Amino acid sequence: MPAQEITDNKAFLTEKVIKNYSGIFDKASLAKIAGIRRDTVDKPVIFIATGTCGIISGAKATLEKVRKFISENNIDASIIEVGCNGFCSAEPLLDVQLPGKTRLAFHHVTEDKAEDVLNSALHHTVQPDLVLGQYRQQGLEEWPNVPLIDDLPWFSRQTRHILKNAGIVSPASIEEYIVRGGYKSLYKTVLNYPADKICEIIEQSELKGRAGGGFLTGKKWKIALDTAGDQKYMICNADESDPGAFMDRAIIESDPHRVIEGLAISAYAIGASQAIIYVRSDYENPLNILEQAIKQAKEYGLLGGDIFGSGFSLSVSLRKGAGAFVCGEETALVTSLEGQRGLPRSKPPYPAEKGLWGHPTVINNVETLANIPGILENGPGWFKSMGTRSSKGTKLFSIAGKAVSTGFIEVPMGISFSSIIYDIAGGVRDGKALKAIQLGGPSGVCIPPAELDTPLDFEALSGIGAKLGLGGLIILDEKTCMVNLARYFIDFLQKESCGKCIPCREGTRKMLDILNGITKRPKEESAHETLERFKGVVQLENLAHVISDTSLCGLGQNAPNPVLSSLKWFREEFEEHIFDRRCSAGVCHDLRTFCIDVDHCNGCNICQKRCPENAIIGSLKMPHFIIESKCTGCGICFDVCKFSAIYFK
Amino acid sequence: MQAIFEKYSLKKPENLIPLLQEIQETKGYLTDEIVEKVSAHLNIPINRIYGVATFYDQFRFKRRGRFHIQVCRGTSCYLCSSSSYLKEIEKLLKVQDGSVTRDKKFSLETVNCMGGCSQSLVIRINDTYYHHLSVADLGDIIRSLKEKTE
Repeated sequence: MPAQEITDNKAFLTEKVIKNYSGIFDKASLAKIAGIRRDTVDKPVIFIATGTCGIISGAKATLEKVRKFISENNIDASIIEVGCNGFCSAEPLLDVQLPGKTRLAFHHVTEDKAEDVLNSALHHTVQPDLVLGQYRQQGLEEWPNVPLIDDLPWFSRQTRHILKNAGIVSPASIEEYIVRGGYKSLYKTVLNYPADKICEIIEQSELKGRAGGGFLTGKKWKIALDTAGDQKYMICNADESDPGAFMDRAIIESDPHRVIEGLAISAYAIGASQAIIYVRSDYENPLNILEQAIKQAKEYGLLGGDIFGSGFSLSVSLRKGAGAFVCGEETALVTSLEGQRGLPRSKPPYPAEKGLWGHPTVINNVETLANIPGILENGPGWFKSMGTRSSKGTKLFSIAGKAVSTGFIEVPMGISFSSIIYDIAGGVRDGKALKAIQLGGPSGVCIPPAELDTPLDFEALSGIGAKLGLGGLIILDEKTCMVNLARYFIDFLQKESCGKCIPCREGTRKMLDILNGITKRPKEESAHETLERFKGVVQLENLAHVISDTSLCGLGQNAPNPVLSSLKWFREEFEEHIFDRRCSAGVCHDLRTFCIDVDHCNGCNICQKRCPENAIIGSLKMPHFIIESKCTGCGICFDVCKFSAIYFK
Repeated sequence: MQAIFEKYSLKKPENLIPLLQEIQETKGYLTDEIVEKVSAHLNIPINRIYGVATFYDQFRFKRRGRFHIQVCRGTSCYLCSSSSYLKEIEKLLKVQDGSVTRDKKFSLETVNCMGGCSQSLVIRINDTYYHHLSVADLGDIIRSLKEKTE
């Protein structure tokens, strides 16, 4: 874009679009807005989703291929990189918009398929096996026999407010965010409302923190606003250290300016002139996107000194987390920002009263902040109209694990687990049965199929002893061993325990020892070892309660959750492991004993050759036999057998 | 390194982590010598710097191999049996998690989550991501990289 056009656009957007919240424009302005919104295009536009999920699926290679294809064939088309629209399992996603026609989305467009997809789309035909759907755009010609994206099961049940721009706009373009109503709420806020009014509006909306605590955001702001202090800090927590949750990353990659606008409004509401975004260092792509977005917002005068001439100033800085799970806890995050080891502090005083360097500090996560512009634009009543009695608004969930479709979704609070799993995500992969849903990260719980109708809101979940957490859902199929999974979570938490308080540091270690005793076979089963194992098992539940009652921070308090929830709902699996020394899912290798089915074994000898323990005997062309005492359960024979003659019990 | 020191010229303790991060980004890893220099620059005791650097997963005191392999051990990847992939790599390259091969060509590391849970299992070698691989595919990739370095 030529320099003059950029300056013109900037003046137009800041003076005419942001400041005009009547929404009435003259004809020339409307045409200009429609141009930036790409309601109509004058040449083909190709969109490629290059979020982290896209990059992992090979979107960068697709992008290169598309660039090459266009330059080689002298096609006049523009290429726009967008974020993921949420349907991650369909990545790499590629959209094509031709002049006069609706935008068409394709799925699984890997490098080798890019050329075919473009060739056919540019010649006004579609490849039916790769087309995902078309967008609903009024006044444009629709493609025949192509479903609307909104009608696909993945999208039709969603209510997308935070994600309304996801996959549609370029995260690198502040212009696109502004013409879709962006930064209007910030303008309205700093010019029309005093800070306490904003706190009040957010409190009225009953927005609760989306990082799991469920504390009223407006109330938290009010505490920070009312605490005297010459310097206050606003921190956006984008650490997202829960493995299995990735919606914060997704919001940043798809619509970074929504987060920045929310951050600016919240900083105004608590009277802070400094804001920090704390991002995980592993999130390279979101970091780059945020850096660029902050720079653009500064250029547009939306951050920096004297915003909109209101006298409100805000400087935003980016800080990279150095990789510690405990830093997702707000006091640990604060100590980490102070340049120390990320150890949590005891609360109270809460950070809202005494946080970074002893100053009042509010820490909100990405999703909470992304909700703010919408609430100010549409009013607290609008927000309250969605959700349930205890939980208002919409919530993002990420779906991973063994679901047919995976990705992230936005749904009203109070939707049931079964609706998410069966209606949106299409059920369990490979036709397997559902065993459980893991909710809330490593210190979350595993919910059994019997509780599938539980609505997902703060109140109903605490009723069954679960917590919403960040909203990461992991679908577990019948091949999952719940004891092994609990052991995995405790192993993770034990490694990530910061070591400050003893119940968490020593307690998780002891729990891990007990779970290792259950899931592993000792080298020789002496009477003493057996006794120790049983003593441990008897104390496991007791120990779990002690840890959760006496730990200092959320990490320790919630650490026993995976064990307690599995004991509550999957007790028979623990008993099977302890008393029968058997793992029916076949995940705990040490507890497997393999047998050969004599009817199927034709004596090919392969298993005998591959067995590292020489536990298989038998002569060629005669059924073989496994010596149980020698077998370590490694499963090599099971994997190499071509006749399915080997099974485990 | 001088340029990085100049960028963080203020002797503020909160500069410690960003400073170490930037040094590691340019140098690849931290050494005792670097820690001493940082200590002198920021006026922070050496023991405190070690305390911070060993607390966070990101900082490493070992050089990376020419090919740095990261295996995700997040929940979703764990369910896709990331441990068997890890074992395969350990077997093929005779390298342990968190260490480098003797010839300095490969290093192996497990990471908590790369944010690609929807595409699990995710393995990253330098800047290239791999997902939905079979153990056999992974073996082929590693063997071809091995040939490249010979």
